Amino acid sequence: MLSSQLRSPQGGDWLAGVSSDAALRQLLHGLPGVDQVGVHARAAALATRSIKKEAKLAALDLAVTMVDLTTLEGADTPGKVRSLCAKAMRPDPADAAVPPVAAVCVYPDLVAAAKAELGRGTVAVASVATAFPSGRASLKVKLADVADAVDAGADEIDMVIDRGAFLAGRYGQVCEEIRAVKEACGPAHLKVILETAELATLDNVVRASWLAMLAGADFIKTSTGKVSPAATPPVALVMLAAVRDFEQASGRLVGVKVAGGIRTAKDAIRYLVLVNETAGRTWLAPGLFRIGASSLLNDLLRQRGKQLSGRYQGQDYFTLD
Amino acid sequence: MPDKPAQPDAARLAVRKTYKLYVGGAFPRSESGRSYQVRAAKGGELLAFAAQASRKDARDAVEAARAAFGAWSSATAYNRGQVLYRAAEMIEGRAGQFAGEILAAEGMSMTAARRTVAAAIDRLVWYAGWPDKVAQVAGGANQVAGPYFNFSVPEPTGVVAVIAPAESSLLGLVSVVAPVIATGNAAVVVASEERPLPAITLSEVLATCDLPGGVVNMLTGRTGELAAVLAGHFDVNAIDITGAAAGSRAELARLAAANVKRVFLGEDDWAETPTPRRMLAFTETKTVWHPVGS
Amino acid sequence: MADKAGEGAVAVTSGLDWQYAPAPESRDVVAIAPRYGLFVNGEFTQAASGRTFPTINPATEEELTVVAQAGPADVDRAVAAARTAFEQVWGPMPGSERAKYLYRIARIIQERSREFAVLESIDNGKPIKETRDVDIPLAAAHFFYYAGWADKLSYAGFGPDPRPLGVAGQVIPWNFPLLMAAWKLAPALATGNTCVLKPAETTPLTALLLAEVCQQADLPPGVVNVLTGAGGTGAALVAHPGVDKVAFTGSTEVGIAITEKIAGSAKKLTLELGGKAANVVFDDAPIDQAVEGIVNGIFFNQGQVCCAGSRLLVQESVAEQVVDRLRRRLATLRVGDPLDKNTDLGAINSRRQLEKITELTAAGEAEGAERWSPPCELPSRGYWFAPTVFTGVSQAHRIAREEIFGPVLSVLTFRTPQEAVAKANNTPYGLSAGIWTEKGSRILWMAQRLRAGVVWANTFNVFDPASPFGGYKESGFGREGGRHGLAAYLDA
Repeated sequence: MLSSQLRSPQGGDWLAGVSSDAALRQLLHGLPGVDQVGVHARAAALATRSIKKEAKLAALDLAVTMVDLTTLEGADTPGKVRSLCAKAMRPDPADAAVPPVAAVCVYPDLVAAAKAELGRGTVAVASVATAFPSGRASLKVKLADVADAVDAGADEIDMVIDRGAFLAGRYGQVCEEIRAVKEACGPAHLKVILETAELATLDNVVRASWLAMLAGADFIKTSTGKVSPAATPPVALVMLAAVRDFEQASGRLVGVKVAGGIRTAKDAIRYLVLVNETAGRTWLAPGLFRIGASSLLNDLLRQRGKQLSGRYQGQDYFTLD
Repeated sequence: MPDKPAQPDAARLAVRKTYKLYVGGAFPRSESGRSYQVRAAKGGELLAFAAQASRKDARDAVEAARAAFGAWSSATAYNRGQVLYRAAEMIEGRAGQFAGEILAAEGMSMTAARRTVAAAIDRLVWYAGWPDKVAQVAGGANQVAGPYFNFSVPEPTGVVAVIAPAESSLLGLVSVVAPVIATGNAAVVVASEERPLPAITLSEVLATCDLPGGVVNMLTGRTGELAAVLAGHFDVNAIDITGAAAGSRAELARLAAANVKRVFLGEDDWAETPTPRRMLAFTETKTVWHPVGS
Repeated sequence: MADKAGEGAVAVTSGLDWQYAPAPESRDVVAIAPRYGLFVNGEFTQAASGRTFPTINPATEEELTVVAQAGPADVDRAVAAARTAFEQVWGPMPGSERAKYLYRIARIIQERSREFAVLESIDNGKPIKETRDVDIPLAAAHFFYYAGWADKLSYAGFGPDPRPLGVAGQVIPWNFPLLMAAWKLAPALATGNTCVLKPAETTPLTALLLAEVCQQADLPPGVVNVLTGAGGTGAALVAHPGVDKVAFTGSTEVGIAITEKIAGSAKKLTLELGGKAANVVFDDAPIDQAVEGIVNGIFFNQGQVCCAGSRLLVQESVAEQVVDRLRRRLATLRVGDPLDKNTDLGAINSRRQLEKITELTAAGEAEGAERWSPPCELPSRGYWFAPTVFTGVSQAHRIAREEIFGPVLSVLTFRTPQEAVAKANNTPYGLSAGIWTEKGSRILWMAQRLRAGVVWANTFNVFDPASPFGGYKESGFGREGGRHGLAAYLDA
């Protein structure tokens, strides 16, 4: 039933006839429930996968290409963003074999600086917008924020949903905001941040994931990184199951971005295992899976160095940003 | 290793130990800067200075206990049992030190002191077995007349103030603290005023036996001053007044009434194997109803 | 058509074909001796007859070592040692002292846990992931739990001063060798009994390592004795007149034979036998977790679990969806080297067991059920069976009635809760059952009606020393675990 609803002839408007709070509620609350204990057990079981040797090296390289190298501080400067961009394009100045990351992620006012530095290379510019991180602004302001970033050259927009509206059951409003932002994005990719810590339950995470996908998200993203806990394996697990199920129902591929608190290569590889064994191989690509992080990149490089040389690496041998 | 056991070396100046409070997993001095002299039971020579905790130290200890309560009470019973057993193992490893301190504090023979330490270790082992059994003894299914599944389980009361026995500085102390934390409560303990040193050494054991910081907080000082503060504190859920002077108990109970604290008084023979009553005194019974239908 | 992400900066390429490299656990942590003796009266000795038998690694068919084969004379000796220990040492000992021995044993198991895990995996064929994360920690936990009861028996609800029975003869199976030894020994010792334990013929090694642990814990001689051997050794043990208590875990067939053999004697008996558990999935279940529960229910330990959820009863309205998801999930199962840390399914324990599984699955096909397995490459040596799902199974099929004891799931459907209960209970077994629904009142309604000793709701195959385990009907009687587990070893 859901499947036929989603495969509309145009393939564009997933929500034809379903936009009232009540209708959305019926749809979202009709999704199978999620048993928290079971999800935690499964995530813990997958965390015991032991990734060694060539599998580890392949994972480290893949993880580098999935990084959205992020700086979202009040103290950010164009200078800091420029050096971050240099790092993004060539993570290890000593080793050209290290691939560039997927994107750099900055506030809208620094998009231009990033764009200038990255030029026409493969690294995209992502920008948080829509009154990040709280989302507490009028739709008008949010859209202006998006327009600013897009005009400055952003390739990807990371928006936040209105968690207050979602928790109050105003699904129609959340949906309309996402659609409006999607439209404002134009050609830019839209990542919708659910801020799962504030959604509190995994059932809510599944519903918010579907709502965002139905409204047109290209990616669903766990967190802003400003609220704790940010990304967690159980949350990622249910989001990966959601994109897998959505693809089955609609034929449309939606990506997942985990962000916040992922600092070690070990953590990153654990997420890749979740991707591999939940959503499947299709998602093991930067077009469909991203890791929002900053210090992670250096740990990936250190572990990569260890895999290649057999020696543990020191932090002094990698650039700060 | 030397061939012979090391003899006390008259020529060498010993390094003395500093005894401090144990609050939130750390060992601070009293915020008041006060300390008092602790003297041997026999002969009265100066053993050490103990921190003399203030009202504010008691307040901090309650804050620490409250902060620790959530995680400790939701830790698995198996985990709580393991931690208590680990504490027993670690007292065993420092049995000589404890025996020496008890000997000085209580004026007993070395043989009696060693026996007392052994009894304290066995007491902890006894309580280590309880966390995953207390619900099987004190809880159960209730067969109500209707299509409901109904069961009751004991749950920890919360933050428990414990006025430790004045005489039995280690065995008595262990016997009143272990039952409180076994079920998942967090404790603020006022150690024996005259014999506080084993309590601080016990705190060092508790700090290193995987017990989360703040689950047990140890205050040394004037029992009368600290007990009244804790009895009147609105974030303390229960108080064990066993160690309070007989003449002060009525007043402590009156202070405790203001927020309906559970007040427990049990003058045990510490040499005897206990019963579960000290655990059950600091638990609440929770009963759950659930319908049964297709 | 916006049906692909990645039209922006980063295009979707096909994802990485990521193969996990082998990640074998080191076998060097355990040293296997060239031969093993019986453990009697605190010492390792050879069998009176001098006979031995080999034990092999079922994943490779490599002979690991040879083990003494206990005969009647050895049974006499072990029972006598246990009797003496019971009368002179262990019976009179205060519970608080017995407790401390059990705590020691628990601690040493924890300290030698990796050794146990590797040895169990080699001798049994089960994945190291399971021995490391389930068998061994649970065995240690079992000793911890019952250690705590040893000095608290007056609170257990069996009267003020319940007494032990004497010498317990305990015969255990090969599917959880160390864990079953712990389930038997810990409550028996806590209550003051002494034990003669007979591990399974194909998996004797961890029980012998546990005997060494007993030595290292300074457990008094004769309190625990371990006799290795085959069915004959077990039969001699349970029939021995010096045995006061018999505890058996294994097949219903052998359980009945033992019961007949000791009928009329004063021996107290507990049995934990076979099962054919129904795992019931309703249409309002948390589907993905139900699928995990189904997988865990039947593929945990290669399905060689008496409480395995071998019959999936799924509500018709979601049957197709559940089976689709199940198949997709099974495609991610990793079958192979038990010592590889990423292996989900290891080897079948013995040739005999493999033959039984093969025979029953052939019967399933012959009777018209549809057979499916995910593509997986099985090693050429050793005993292997691919995870298998039968759909279109009816109540009358042998694969729906007989215990297969292997990685084989039979899928049946139902329409109403009443029908689910009727089908679930339509078996001579009654060990366990599973219920998957988000509706609490239905869980309890089902649980009330299911004739099974353990009912799991929205989970499956979870175990805890504090929780009683045991069956209804032909799945046996008596409980192991929890406060109830004490009763099997007390004059209560």
